[in-house]
Amino acid sequence: MTAELPAPVAKPRFESGFLTPYAFITPALLVMLGGLLYPVIMAFYLSFYDWEIGRDLEDAPFVGMTNFARMMTDPQVWEVLWVTIRFGFWTITIEMTLGVALALLLEKPIRGASVFRTIFILPLMVSPVVVGLIWRYLFDARIGWINYYLGAWFGIEPQVWLGDAQLAFFAIVFTDIWQWTPFIFIIVIAGLQALPSEVVEASTIDGANWYQQIFLVKLPMIKSILVIALLMRLIDVFRGMEVMLIMTGGGPGRSTELLSLHIYNRAFETQQLGYASAISVLLIAIVFGISTLILTMANPMKSRADV
Amino acid sequence: MNNDAFRQLWHYTALIILAAMALAPIWVMIATSFKDDILVQDGTPLWFFFVPTLDNYEYILTRGKFDRYLTNSIIVACASTIMTLLLGGFCAYALARTDFRGRNLMANSTLMVRMVPPAVLAVPAFAFVMLSGVNNDLMVLTFLYTALNLPFAIWLLFGFYKQIPVELEEAAIVDGASPLQVFFRVLLPLMKSGYAVAAIFTFRIAWNEFILALLLTGRKTRTLPVGAAGFITDTGVEWGRIMAMGTLIVIPPLLFTFFAARQIIAGMTAGAVKG
Repeated sequence: MTAELPAPVAKPRFESGFLTPYAFITPALLVMLGGLLYPVIMAFYLSFYDWEIGRDLEDAPFVGMTNFARMMTDPQVWEVLWVTIRFGFWTITIEMTLGVALALLLEKPIRGASVFRTIFILPLMVSPVVVGLIWRYLFDARIGWINYYLGAWFGIEPQVWLGDAQLAFFAIVFTDIWQWTPFIFIIVIAGLQALPSEVVEASTIDGANWYQQIFLVKLPMIKSILVIALLMRLIDVFRGMEVMLIMTGGGPGRSTELLSLHIYNRAFETQQLGYASAISVLLIAIVFGISTLILTMANPMKSRADV
Repeated sequence: MNNDAFRQLWHYTALIILAAMALAPIWVMIATSFKDDILVQDGTPLWFFFVPTLDNYEYILTRGKFDRYLTNSIIVACASTIMTLLLGGFCAYALARTDFRGRNLMANSTLMVRMVPPAVLAVPAFAFVMLSGVNNDLMVLTFLYTALNLPFAIWLLFGFYKQIPVELEEAAIVDGASPLQVFFRVLLPLMKSGYAVAAIFTFRIAWNEFILALLLTGRKTRTLPVGAAGFITDTGVEWGRIMAMGTLIVIPPLLFTFFAARQIIAGMTAGAVKG
């Protein structure tokens, strides 16, 4: 006696119409081409012209690679690149260290954890402009609260935080740490709590002490999360500018002028649109390089569609 | 006290200190927005106990152009959120469900354009508006914000679509539903939380964005962040008023956080943890 096998059902699926997926994709594709790719190409194009605000683009002389040649020897560009690298180094080092350390200390699930998590993401949700305003107020030389408490608690003389090159740099690093350490903390704690508990238990049974457990078991297992978090922060360092624009405008001198902010200042303060575009091309190249790194490590959409 | 209770006590203490550090600056803004200029200029930190005043709010709500800024911000943020969800949803669906030619290219380039720095867009967008003579600033802004948000929305929604079993759609197709019917009738109801996360992230970016809005908007089309920054003048900063403005700007993102913290965290960690 044999059971009747159901006849294999032909699966007329999504691809029944060959063009259907393209119809679903085209609108989004067009907007991204027009809103992201076109400006990038336009930046390349403009970088070959000596174009300034107040001059028609048709009248702008074609200058070939002059803008790029100028960029390579422009001490200002090198200076802001160095500021950006230093800013990236300090913020990312401190944020990663603090965020990972706190996540390791506080990874055990406890009651009320969700309340704390809600509070921790608040700094991330606040508009960068508002973050800049708040910290500009706190760091204010005359009425700022930071000067007040430094004086009241430690007897430190009032400092002109945003008017001194080194102090201003410290101020923007500090602000960034306030805003972004919670991001690392939350990502890492999510990764730690997703670890299979057997592995950690096994290492305990095998007699691993706490630092062996952290450095030989836990951290290696969340390595990919750490690397991606780090690279995402690195991209942000090259994208960010709003907080500095509000707090210091890039000054004093160029001590807090990140690369993005420099492009903005070049374009709209000194009004050299063509030259600013050339620096944009440099920025695109840097961000492109870091993105490629991220993509080779993890692209969640790379896995083929499982239909 | 036994060891476990001690550990818990220590744990909570640490968390409370950290929470206070995250909250304090935001509270300083809110408190300052309720102070008159004499209190602000005094420079003594008053956290809770002072005579509050609504003067700052009264000023910005009645004498500034707050209503216009607010309208502009709402238009741009809502329009770009709707556009992003609509176009991004279609695109993510196709990426999650079919293996068409060029799929990998599309997936990779979507992530790539996600990283384009806003500063790079500034000059070309400015050039476009100047050369084309398009004088609808809000439309240009909406378009740019949609473009900026699409990659992340597609990425996020892709993950949510992946979690829905294909069999559901197959059943609908066998029953004779068209692709559009499958999308709207079968998938959309299951994708509610995915779209909610994408909407929060998109709205927040559009609501908070400053640089492009500063460059592309004129007197009548300014958005809230541009309006707030306008209180910084060469003669000084009107702190009470600016903090009142800041507090009002922060209200929608804060509301999102309180009502959808879990989804926001899911969205933030999606990139790193699932990858």
